[in-house]
Formats: sequence, structure tokens, C-alpha cells
Amino acid sequence: MSALWTLLAVLALALAGHLLGRARAMSAAGGDRRVLHSLPVHHGASVAIAAAVPALALLLIWLAVQPLAVDARIAASISPEGRSAELMMSDIRRLAEGLDRATAAGRLTPAEAEDPGADMGRIRAAVTASGIPLGSAAGAPELDAAQRYRALETSGNLLRTFAVLGLALLGLGRGLARIRKDFRARNIVERAVRRALLFAASVAVITTLGIVLSLIFNTVSFFRLYPAADFFLSADWTPRFGGGSSLGILPLLWGTLYISAIALAVAVPIGLFAAIYLSEYAAPGLRAIAKPLIEVLAGIPTIVYGLFALLTVGPLLLRMFGPGSLGWMDAASSVLTAGLVMGIMLIPFVSSLSDDIISAVPQSLRDGSLGLGATRSETVRQVVLPAALPGIVGAVLLAASRAIGETMIVVLGAGAAARLSLNPLEAMTTVTAKIVSQLTGDADFSSPEALVAFALAMTLFVLTLGLNVLALYIVRRFREQYE
Amino acid sequence: MTADAPKILARNVQVHYADTHAIKDVDADIADRTVTAFIGPSGCGKSTFLRCLNRMNDTIDICRVSGRIELDGEDIYDRKVDPVRLRARVGMVFQKPNPFPKSIYDNIAYGPRIHGLARSRADLDEIVETALRRGAIWDEVKDRLDAPGTGLSGGQQQRLCIARAVATEPEVLLMDEPCSALDPIATDQVENLIDELRSRYSVVIVTHSMQQAARVSQKTAFFHLGNLVEFGDTDQIFTNPQDPRTEAYISGRIG
Repeated sequence: MSALWTLLAVLALALAGHLLGRARAMSAAGGDRRVLHSLPVHHGASVAIAAAVPALALLLIWLAVQPLAVDARIAASISPEGRSAELMMSDIRRLAEGLDRATAAGRLTPAEAEDPGADMGRIRAAVTASGIPLGSAAGAPELDAAQRYRALETSGNLLRTFAVLGLALLGLGRGLARIRKDFRARNIVERAVRRALLFAASVAVITTLGIVLSLIFNTVSFFRLYPAADFFLSADWTPRFGGGSSLGILPLLWGTLYISAIALAVAVPIGLFAAIYLSEYAAPGLRAIAKPLIEVLAGIPTIVYGLFALLTVGPLLLRMFGPGSLGWMDAASSVLTAGLVMGIMLIPFVSSLSDDIISAVPQSLRDGSLGLGATRSETVRQVVLPAALPGIVGAVLLAASRAIGETMIVVLGAGAAARLSLNPLEAMTTVTAKIVSQLTGDADFSSPEALVAFALAMTLFVLTLGLNVLALYIVRRFREQYE
Repeated sequence: MTADAPKILARNVQVHYADTHAIKDVDADIADRTVTAFIGPSGCGKSTFLRCLNRMNDTIDICRVSGRIELDGEDIYDRKVDPVRLRARVGMVFQKPNPFPKSIYDNIAYGPRIHGLARSRADLDEIVETALRRGAIWDEVKDRLDAPGTGLSGGQQQRLCIARAVATEPEVLLMDEPCSALDPIATDQVENLIDELRSRYSVVIVTHSMQQAARVSQKTAFFHLGNLVEFGDTDQIFTNPQDPRTEAYISGRIG
């Protein structure tokens, strides 16, 4: 039975358990639900939980572990004879999958697929026809291993079905057996709800940990191949896929910070002024229309902004500063192009957060200032903004970490040259854009040219994590001030 | 202008909040160097009327004021009157103490700086000290003028706000339930302060406490459902009310 059918069978058992549990609870109460500690529906749910949760957990673990176990068994039994074991294993896996598909499509009978003496030529034709290309080195030893691979898989799947369904039935029986009229099924359901919520909350945290760990391992293997001092301190970034690259992060970091600084110089004043207008001056009707409109900007995919940079802003800047007029600019791609467009992208982040924070400043402070004969703008400048400042700083830091992590606008707007320069009209590139180009090449995944991407990502991660922590800390302190 | 001319004169004042008629046909004369108390049950319009006197209702979009209100014979709702200038002459103290998130010194110096009242730093120092003394809080804060105003106790904050209002040298001081957030001791201090302020300003105070009205005011106005029911000497209102509604309120039968 396939994993999907096993899953459905477990769910069906849980549903049956629910109905049986309800009925059993009612009969335990002699038909009077008021003598039950918990409602019949809680009893039913407690049986369903007892049947489904351990069985589904086992199914999930089995699905994750079985391929690893089968791989390890086969890998231990093969003798690669001059080829790398990795390559041979991947041939075996492909051949096994090809046999599965060919059997399912009717190109091979199950008996043929399992026949140890089958003709390799015929097998190869059938497998290739099923859409799985085979390496030319695949021969009789691979076929033998692939057949054992399939046999192990089949028996593993059978065992899995029995184990999972057995556990579900066991849970069902146990759940039904413990129903009494004073059994606290309600508390069990309550606990299950709490654990489900806890699970949801921990998924994000655990994923973050996983990301950090994978970054750390790959970064460490990069620094084994490439000296850390050169990475952090060299001003030269010239990757060569043949080897002998210099991989200094400084030009990339400079590009990232320069473009982010321009973006913030655009986004912070405009976003902040927009927020002040919306929260302090705009009539409610206008605000109800303008605020969502500005927030629409936040929903536009960044690739669209990238196109805007490439097709509109870049050529516009080129007409203003390019060869035809001032002659300061050679191509449409530049730090300024990317920075301006990224700034536009960040406006809604700054304005929306700042607007919320400014609106949270108590009206009594505004009244106090107006009551002393201050004008609106004096009130905003001298009372409202100082009171909202910590929150606004937090909003700006959040926008900064978005700017640092932005990729598409840079790829399309800033060019690809890693360069240390002060001229904003020159093309430069950023850490994120280089991560993409290092990993999309044909480089061997264990070469420093590919692994450097993880070191770059780790640097970015640490940078933006630091900014986010700082921002959240500041915003939280602000929130406490008026509660 | 004769000595008996009222500081503020209101005739036929109407206030509407959207569809609600909040103030109906109110006439009132508020004398200079006098404490006038507005009393009445919640929602009777006394705070709304108070906020008409320095046009604080302008900041509420749905609020419309009509009728005539004069300060020293000049219509404050006239087109050529700047509400910002008006509020410098008619200061306001609010129900909840609302010190700015600044130092004590900057809280007091806020108004004088905005209106350019000080020629020099020494001048400003003197204005701040005078205002804090008039606010009866100088002795408590003179050693920590740089501390944040929000760090003071509730009663101190309210006296700070009164000192802040006094620092702009207003002619009239409006107080909207200034003691409702204070304990009895702080209330006593603020009431003594109001009594001292009477020598220089015309003070209008909205209060829910009839004892407070009786203690601090010389004139009392009783509002009910948007109408000014009775306005007269405080002694007369509390001992010999003319209107049955006033009598019912001060004896605790309505409200």
C-alpha cells in the first residue's frame, strides 16, 4: 500500500474512532450526557487523537528514514571498481526508478524487472523510453544492485504499512478502552490543541536553526579551502571557475552598503513625510484611500521593480548623465539606478510602520501642545516625532535589513561588476547578486567558487539578523512607553 | 472697556457633533480674575463648551460651532483671528496630566520658545522658574530640571502642566477636570494653586465634584443636556438654586 493510501486509512480509522468513542461515551453515561466529565465530542476526539497521532508520526519518520537505510545497505554491498561510489549509487537509484516507471508503463513485466539474468540492452531501452537517461557505465552490477534496491524498498513499504496501521489500531483500541464516564477527555483534547499550536510556532524557529546550521557547515568547509583573512580583507573579487580565484567580500559589501544607503536616503524622508501627512493632516476619507494604495507598493514583486529599474529609471538617468549630455555615466546600470528604485520599494515599509507608530502617540500630547498655542507642524516636530522616534528608528532599521537582502533590483539595475568606487553612476554589485551568480554557474559544488556563496550568505545573515534584533528591541521599548 | 466688562462673552452658542446637538443656545459672561466652575452630569456639554472658548474643537473634524464668543470684545470665531494666537492667550489644562516626553525644563520652556517670549537663555531660565513657582512645584523639581517630566508623580505632573500653561502668560486658563486623575492630597495642592492663579488670570474649571466647585469658584454654571440651566454666584447656586433641575442635581437626585 502506498504512503498516501496508508495516510488515508489512518485518517479513516481516526474518524471511525471518533464515532465509536462518542457512542461508547454515551453508553458509559447510560444515555445521560450530563453525568459525563467531558462532552461526547471530546471523548470521540480523544480516541481519534490516540489512533492518528502516533501512527502518523511513525509514518512520517519511516518516510524520512527508509530511503537512507536502503541507500546505506546497498552502498555497503557494492564495489565501485574504479568509479566513485557516489556516481555508481546515483546510477543505481536512477535505474531503480527507471524500472519502476517502465513496469508501471507496461514496457517491462514485473517478472522481467526482477529477473537477475535480464538482458541489459533491453532493460536500458525500456528505462530510457520511460524518461530516465542512464549513464553508459551502468551494467550488470548496477542492474543487480538496482534490483536489490527495489526489493528492499518493496519489503520496507510493506512493513511500513503493517506497522503504521497496527499502531493506529492499537491506539484506537487503547483510546476506546479508557473511556469512562469520569474520564477527562476534554483535558486531553485541550492538551492536543496546545501541542498543535506549539508545533506550529516551533516550525519557524526550527527552520531558522536548520538554515543557520547548513550555512555554518558550508561556511566552515569554505574556510578550509580559502583563507578567512583573504575573504574578509581582500578588495579583489575575481572568481575563476578554473580555480585560482580571489574572493574578497569587500567590494560586494561596499556595493551592498552603498546601494542600501541610497535606497534609505530616498525611502526614509519620503516614507516618513508620507506617514506624517497620513496620520496628522489627511482627512479620514483620504487616509482610507491613500494608505492602502501606498501599501500596494509593498505587494509588488521585486522583479517588477527590477524591470522598472532596467527599462525606465536606468535609461532616464543615462539621458541625464550619459554620453549625450554630461558624459558622467557609461551604461544604464549603476548604483544610483538600483538605489533609487530600491528606495521606492522601501517607501511603504517606512511609511506604513511609521504611520502606525505616529498614530500610537497619545492624542493628549497633541492637545497639550495645541492648547499652548503651537501650530500643527510645531506640534509634529517638537512633540509627536520625538515621542515616536524610537519606533521610527525601528522601522528604518527594518527597511535597512530589507535593502541589504534585496537581490532582483540589484541584478537588473546595478550591473555585475564588483568594484570599490565612490561614484554612484558606476555599475557595482552586491553580496546577494553574487550569491546567485556563484551558485547558478557550472562550478563543482565542493569548489571554493561555489562554497563562497555560503560564506557570503552567512555574512548577510549575521548583518540583517543584527539589524532586526536591534530594530525589534527598539520598537518593543517604544511600545512599553505608552501602555 | 470698563472694569466690569466680562473677559469672555458668549451669546447664542450652538455646537453640533455630526447629527448631535451638543450645546444649545448658551449665553454666558465670564469675569476677569475670577474662578468660574462648570458643573453638570456627564455628557451635559460642559467640556464641549469649555473647548469652544479656545477653539480646541477646531481639531475635531465633525464638530461645528455657531453663535458668538468674544474675548475682550473681539469675536474669536472671526475669520481674521488665528486660533493658534488665540490659544496662546487662552491656555488649557487637561483632565489627564499630559507632560511631553521631554525634560521638566523643556516642558515649561515649550510655549515661551514657540511664542518667542524669551530674549536670552537667562530670560528663559527666569520664565521657567517663575512658571514653576506659580505652579507650586518649584521646590520639588528645582534640583532636577533635566529629569523627564513623565517621571513625576500624577499630582506633580498635573502641576507641571499647569505651570506649562502659565508660562505662556495666558489671560484665561481653562481647566478640564484637572483633578479627576489625582489623589486627595494632590487635589488639595491643585485647588490651592487655582486660588492663587485667580489673582492674575480668569480661570474656568470643569469639575464633577460639587464640593470642589464650592471650594474653589466664585461663579458656577450648571449645564444639563446641552443647556446652560443656571449661572450665578457659587454661594447662591449651592444654597438657593432658582431652577428645580439645579436643585435636583446638587442634592444628588439627577446626574
